[in-house]
Amino acid sequence: MTERHPLFKPLVFVGGLVFGFGLGFSHMARPEVVLNFLQFDDLGLPFVMFGAAIVSGIAFALMPRIRDAAPLTGNPYERRLKPFDRNVLVGGAVFGVGWGLSGICPGAAYASLGTGNVTILWALAGMFLGAYVQGYWRSQSTDTEAAFAGAD
Amino acid sequence: MVADPVPLQLASELFPNGISRYAVGGLLVGLGTVLIYIGTGIPAGASTFLESTLSYVSSQSRFQQYVASRDWRLVFTAGIILGAFVFAATVQSGVVSSSLYQAGSTGQLYEVAGVTLWTTDVQPWRLFFGGILVGIGTRIGKGCTSGHGVCGVGSASKTSLAGVATFLTVAIGTAQVVAALGVSP
Repeated sequence: MTERHPLFKPLVFVGGLVFGFGLGFSHMARPEVVLNFLQFDDLGLPFVMFGAAIVSGIAFALMPRIRDAAPLTGNPYERRLKPFDRNVLVGGAVFGVGWGLSGICPGAAYASLGTGNVTILWALAGMFLGAYVQGYWRSQSTDTEAAFAGAD
Repeated sequence: MVADPVPLQLASELFPNGISRYAVGGLLVGLGTVLIYIGTGIPAGASTFLESTLSYVSSQSRFQQYVASRDWRLVFTAGIILGAFVFAATVQSGVVSSSLYQAGSTGQLYEVAGVTLWTTDVQPWRLFFGGILVGIGTRIGKGCTSGHGVCGVGSASKTSLAGVATFLTVAIGTAQVVAALGVSP
């Protein structure tokens, strides 16, 4: 990705706007409503997540048949497929404890800030700290592995 | 017929706020994802922003791998924040009225310059410590509710389905235990 189309960032911005408006409208930007779902007091949340997944899924299925590449990047249209390993379960479980404790996930936290929720800065500070800690630790272990591999 | 039929009663217990606001919100979240995907081919998730933004201040290799995408991820997040603010300034402020919006009993509403804003009652220590685990878990687990939950599930990715099943189950268990311990909100 050397040269980006001038409309690349404006489109990402507009997509973010719609995405954030949707998170506000669905009340997912309110941790209380997420906690109400997790405590089985209001089962609305799956309609947000799976509703969004269905809409996205239609585009992921159709676009590769309509065009070869995306107009603003030249990227091929592909689905979001990541390799499975133990990290998916370990990380998912750690995320689950955090989500269940706080009622907030990354996208909803950004949106929550937009609705005026200054208290959510605690969650955002925590997320950056957590992301930093795991990144620092994993960078070290990767570097160590590379050093060992080089020593062979 | 005085009482509601049983199915209706059950529905109002399970869905005290109906399902429309959730479905419409989800539709919009999906639409935002689709706009970006059609234009760029990128199935965008929200949690990579945490690491890509750290690449501005840290030279660790984990963060530096996201240098190429860190600028547009900032733009994406700015869009999410502003989009939610537009929601607050229109629907939440009553400028645009929707039968799907009710102020509700969660958190506190307050006004600044004619805009109705909202803030949570969930205790800061829950947000902070929960946030730390969200930051660690989403990055180790290769995605969050948008990356795995929306884009991955939309891709019928088995990895994402396993990820979603894991964090959903653990989150439900955690929230139930925390509530049972009497922590509220």
